[in-house]
Amino acid sequence: MKRTNWAIVLLAFALVVAACGGDDDDAATTTAADSGATETTAAAPAETVELTIESWRNDDLAIWQDTIIPAFEAANPGIKIKFEPTAPAEYNGVLSTRLEGGTAGDLITCRPFDASLELFDQGHLASLNDLGGMSNFGDVAKSAWITDDGSDVFCVPMASVIHGFIYNKTAFDELGLSEPTTEDEFYALLDAVAADGNYEPLAMGTTDQWEAATMGFQNIGPNYWQGETGRTGLIAGTEKLTDPAYVETFTSLAKWADYLPSGFEAITYPDSQNLFTLGRAAVYPSGSWEIGLFNEQADFEMGAFAPPVKTSGDTCYISDHTDIALGMNAATSHPDEAKVFLDWVASSEFSSLYANALPGFFSLANEPVSLDDPLAQEFVSWRDECESTIRNSYQILSRGEPNLENEMWAVSASVINGTLTPEDATQRLQDGLDAWYTP
Amino acid sequence: MTQKTVTETVETKTGGSAKRWRIPRHVIVFLAPAVIIYTLFMVYPLIDSLRLSLYSDEGLFVGLDNIRELFPGGNLSSSFWNALRNNFVFFAFHFFVQNPIGLLIAVLLTQPGLRGRGAYRTLIFGPTLLSVVIVGFIWQLILSPLWGLVETPLLGKTATALPTLSLMSVWQYIGIPMMFFYATLVGIPEDLLEAARVDGATGWKIFWKITFPLLLPMIGIISIITYIANLNAFDLIYSVQGALAGPEFSTDIMGTLFYRSFFGQQLQIGSTAVGATVATAMFVVILIGVLVYLFGFQRRVTTYEL
Repeated sequence: MKRTNWAIVLLAFALVVAACGGDDDDAATTTAADSGATETTAAAPAETVELTIESWRNDDLAIWQDTIIPAFEAANPGIKIKFEPTAPAEYNGVLSTRLEGGTAGDLITCRPFDASLELFDQGHLASLNDLGGMSNFGDVAKSAWITDDGSDVFCVPMASVIHGFIYNKTAFDELGLSEPTTEDEFYALLDAVAADGNYEPLAMGTTDQWEAATMGFQNIGPNYWQGETGRTGLIAGTEKLTDPAYVETFTSLAKWADYLPSGFEAITYPDSQNLFTLGRAAVYPSGSWEIGLFNEQADFEMGAFAPPVKTSGDTCYISDHTDIALGMNAATSHPDEAKVFLDWVASSEFSSLYANALPGFFSLANEPVSLDDPLAQEFVSWRDECESTIRNSYQILSRGEPNLENEMWAVSASVINGTLTPEDATQRLQDGLDAWYTP
Repeated sequence: MTQKTVTETVETKTGGSAKRWRIPRHVIVFLAPAVIIYTLFMVYPLIDSLRLSLYSDEGLFVGLDNIRELFPGGNLSSSFWNALRNNFVFFAFHFFVQNPIGLLIAVLLTQPGLRGRGAYRTLIFGPTLLSVVIVGFIWQLILSPLWGLVETPLLGKTATALPTLSLMSVWQYIGIPMMFFYATLVGIPEDLLEAARVDGATGWKIFWKITFPLLLPMIGIISIITYIANLNAFDLIYSVQGALAGPEFSTDIMGTLFYRSFFGQQLQIGSTAVGATVATAMFVVILIGVLVYLFGFQRRVTTYEL
């Protein structure tokens, strides 16, 4: 992948050098963009326009190629769509390099909040204020892809993901267990699985760090910091990461270590996915984004429960995270065609196609979408019972150095590994935040 | 080549008294491709990244402010010094484990009467040709507590992760010092060793008194190559531990730190200024190492004409 990039950059550079000797930098970028564009058009027949989508969802390649793209192309014969995903961990880096070099695709899959806002501020993403389809989305849906003052919206919201726990129903039936609603029930359940010994109670590792933070901390946390109250409190400065809510979240997270497979410090994300889908673990702390893959790989029935509350009857909070959207490369040579596609993405036809092809990625459109997948239905039903919030480090708080999200990954992994106490962890997060953030 | 050019130009200068001095055309023709390509793709980007480290992300000149962030009191200080220390540990493993073992294997391979020399040589050199991603993935599986052979999470503990990764890299690249040493060893004339043997020297003594001094220049070259390669290392750590170089940044080296600061990571937005600053620091550290080698070692070591 990187090789190809280099080859393109080299080629573009050589062309510039050959054509205009030592010209200035602007010339280099335009030529690079031009040559990229010529390549795209040259590949397609004369009248049709080919649009390329940049994305980190390489798991979804088949769904785009088999379901979504054919549906669009059938209705819009002049436009061809090419879905070109990059590995999730590399996406941000690769994308910004491509945008700088003028070789990025026409349509850009948007990360929520600051990552995309930065791209918009740099002029890489086009404003989509005049896109008709935008009226299908409410303010909450758009909140992740809008400027701080609300004047420009730059990505069409595609989906959110909901955090929770997926469990192996066969294992639960075998051991006579039922879904826990409170924290005590949750740990009693894990104890019961551990006592039986046939299944790993929790399938997770801490090598990749993001699991500890995303599948652990951000999963169970909203019940402690009361969802939006806590999240906006942090931004406003009325709450601190050293508050009891956060210490308690980490204390609870630290207990997980006893229930994880042995050697969890070196277990990666794919390892834990395999452990669960092979039927060797009872509970998988995670989120709805796993449903598609798990349906395909696991041959047992699965269920899901929301993060347990402290005492029975408490309001429950879930992380219903605005996760993915689609924007337009400001430098695209086919803005009109790109807008046609974006309008279609905003339509209910796309919502329903996408939400059902990718169970677990829930539509953000105002119009409700009916879902066929039972596991996805279970996840989305929590929206009625619980209060929704998003991950607390995503908006504004990860703009500086040390980066709060990175710190949360490292700290959450260390807390589970037992190398950092919950108090020290929260202190470190708050100190890091204080170093650059004033509410 | 450079040597020759210099003498030639000097000759033209002194010899042609009446004629105007000019560089011979063929010198220009032969030097041009390398000079142009190096300048365009190595020298210019290098100088430009040094320049970038003096500017903020908005393009304002900030002098040494970026560099100051790397020193105590600065935002990057703890991560930078941690990365630098880890990087030296990573280098130490190569210097003290890879190179001596490489030498040992090379010596064994040159023993007279060894059968299957070519096969050993190829097998030991083989891993060097593998992609780092493959090496990382295979070792990750071998060491996985779930599917692998090792119960202890070697890659997951702060104390063991970096040594484990270093040894993976040693395993992969041991063929390189071995090949260099092997080439030098086979170049040592048999008469020298023969003469020593006639004088009654034993194998061990022959090695230390004859072979080792003759190898010394090569040891220096390999050390400096190892140093440069290790200080620039990135790929193995990135492919096994990711850009955050866990656990707790215990495997974070300059390359991964640079990647995170320049390209960004999850919600961290990449910054050209910080990236260029880290790159400049890498350049300086490598430069210091190379200077120490040039003046402290290479100029003092005796080279024998054989």
